[in-house]
Amino acid sequence: MEPLKHSPGAPPAADVKTKPELHIGEDYASRYGFHDAEAYFHKGRKGIDHEVVEMMTRMKKEPEWMRRFRHESLDVFLSKPMPRWGDTELLNSINFDDIYYYVKPMAEQGKSWDDVPENIKNTFERLGIPEAERKFLAGVSAQYESEVVYHSMRDDLKKKGIIFLDMDTALREHPEIVQKYFATVIPAADNKFAALNSAVWSGGSFIYVPPGVDVGIPLQAYFRINTENMGQFERTLIIADKGSRVHYIEGCTAPVYSTNSLHSAVVELVALEHAYIRYTTIQNWSNNIFNLVTKRAVAYRNSTVEWVDGNIGSKLTMKFPCIYLLEEGAKGEILSVAFAGKGQHQDAGAKVIHAAPRTTSRITSKSISKSGGRASYRGMVKVYPKATDCKVSVECDALLIGKDSRSDTYPTMEIAEDNVQIEHEARVSKVSEEQIFYLMSRGLTEDEARLLIVNGFIEPFTKELPMEYAVELNRLIELEMEGSVG
Amino acid sequence: MSTKDALFEIEDLHVSIGDKEIVRGVSLVVRAGEKHAIMGPNGSGKSTLTNAVMGHPSTTITQGRAWLNGEDLTSLEPHEKARKGLFLAFQYPVAVPGVTVANFLRSAVKARFGEDRLKTFRQDLKARLRDLEIDESFVTRYLNEGFSGGEKKRLEILQMAMLEPRMALLDETDSGLDIDALKVVSEGVNRHSGPQTGLVLVTHYQRILNYIRPDFVHVFMSGRIVRSGGFELALELDKKGYGDWIAPAPLAAASN
Repeated sequence: MEPLKHSPGAPPAADVKTKPELHIGEDYASRYGFHDAEAYFHKGRKGIDHEVVEMMTRMKKEPEWMRRFRHESLDVFLSKPMPRWGDTELLNSINFDDIYYYVKPMAEQGKSWDDVPENIKNTFERLGIPEAERKFLAGVSAQYESEVVYHSMRDDLKKKGIIFLDMDTALREHPEIVQKYFATVIPAADNKFAALNSAVWSGGSFIYVPPGVDVGIPLQAYFRINTENMGQFERTLIIADKGSRVHYIEGCTAPVYSTNSLHSAVVELVALEHAYIRYTTIQNWSNNIFNLVTKRAVAYRNSTVEWVDGNIGSKLTMKFPCIYLLEEGAKGEILSVAFAGKGQHQDAGAKVIHAAPRTTSRITSKSISKSGGRASYRGMVKVYPKATDCKVSVECDALLIGKDSRSDTYPTMEIAEDNVQIEHEARVSKVSEEQIFYLMSRGLTEDEARLLIVNGFIEPFTKELPMEYAVELNRLIELEMEGSVG
Repeated sequence: MSTKDALFEIEDLHVSIGDKEIVRGVSLVVRAGEKHAIMGPNGSGKSTLTNAVMGHPSTTITQGRAWLNGEDLTSLEPHEKARKGLFLAFQYPVAVPGVTVANFLRSAVKARFGEDRLKTFRQDLKARLRDLEIDESFVTRYLNEGFSGGEKKRLEILQMAMLEPRMALLDETDSGLDIDALKVVSEGVNRHSGPQTGLVLVTHYQRILNYIRPDFVHVFMSGRIVRSGGFELALELDKKGYGDWIAPAPLAAASN
């Protein structure tokens, strides 16, 4: 393996303390791949047309502007061709007529876990959500199929004026602020899947943090798909007002089915002056999910936006978190890890637009391809004319395990200003025999050695996660790494 | 069969890398409490010998055996040998980015002694760091990444101190060390060599033998031990150099 350069700075002292031990022998199917019997309040028919959209908007009792927005978005979706780039073979295999677009599991959202039907509650218990909520979260949103079935936020945060709601409730209770920002960062016409989401969106999170307020501990949303041939289209909008700070975390899983499901979210972030938003994703969909997500942030004067994006699961992921640095001093960071196992294609990357002077961005992308899996880095950095004194740093590392694994890099830089500082590094490496032997000579088995090396490879990512998620991510990687010898 | 009171023994060991025979019939007996030095010029196959004993994947043992405590090592995987108390200090330890020294040592200690030993891990580590005059911040660095030659060698001996091997093979542990570091490292090795342990020190130079005094010295040339003796042999070597030693029989005659 070529020596990898990591950013300096000592890892946290927590490393020396106990990190919970990892266990081998479990698999996705038993931990996450189970499914519940369906006893839904409403399950629409398969397929997408204006009738389905009309039914949704009526059931949700939405204002007229949203109703129109949905119908117009559907027209955009229907008129736009499939992307002609990326994994077109897989993309073209999606059958839009064979998908449920709206499934409402229960009549009303639960105020406490006791309001949630037993089997759904048990599902989230198995996934550890209520426990995490009790232990270290400021608020939780649990989405099941199309709707958020449980939602909570600590009272002290409510008193500070923080709004954390599912998007449907936010539209009802705070229509003026939703309408002000909704689809301003990602218009429906942005791309085919953003248009689809705009037409049939349901659930997702809305967060507004008032000026100067620091949420302190993370807010989390968990997305669960249960039914077969499901389409989940959550819509998230986060607004951090001047000088505020917020960290939002999302996770997701689904049962293992032989047929495919579609997850197509739209996530919009608005960081006003001096605000800070970190958005962390641990994507662990089952390997029958198409995960086609549009994520974009706008960052105003001296604000900071960070996407921390981990992609472990799914059949095909296409996701390129984006930051528009709109005013002076704005900072953007995108840190991503993609793990592509057998039959998976992780087409992930990052996009940064420097539209103002003295803006800074940093992209760190790590991918691991194993057992014939395919990881692609697709990146774009753009510096507009007169955006002087910008700093750009892009670093892509790919680790290949096994003979047939594949890694591709598609970096694009459009720099229209001379006075900028740009660093770009890309490396492809393999787990070396020497490293394995060294670790084995200290008593580690070959599997343990390989796992340690892989965990080391993604350490720059893992160390950015809260402890609990770092442990979870390492465990997920361990599951993926089982029996990877060869 | 292994020699009765041997802690570590190799018998007529032949080692190839690819189709080239590098080690051409080496035998050695180390009893508990003994320190042996294997001295030879660069390229004579010393490292190949120790790598093969540990089980480096590029080496193939084509003939002969090695035992630890009467147990045949040749069919064991490297991690099994390590767990039984065999240790190799590498001449060129490889970097493993993103893996902290502390995490790595924790995994290694657990593999060697089991989960229970981790209860005292932090105290043990602190004490060993103090012994080797290593700053505590060292353990939060990534394994061998950006380490100087001297730091790498200290880390090897730190690992030895933590893993308490029955039998340690030190491959050119003296290279890249200045005189102060050499002293500290040698003291570390001596501290962890006792009446129950064995040591094989592979080196090019006599210098380290002033600090780790061997009971036996073996002169190694062209894949073989050509002469064995006591400490005085090292002094003789130092004066004469390797040039005057009689080269072993040519390859064709040596192989069966």
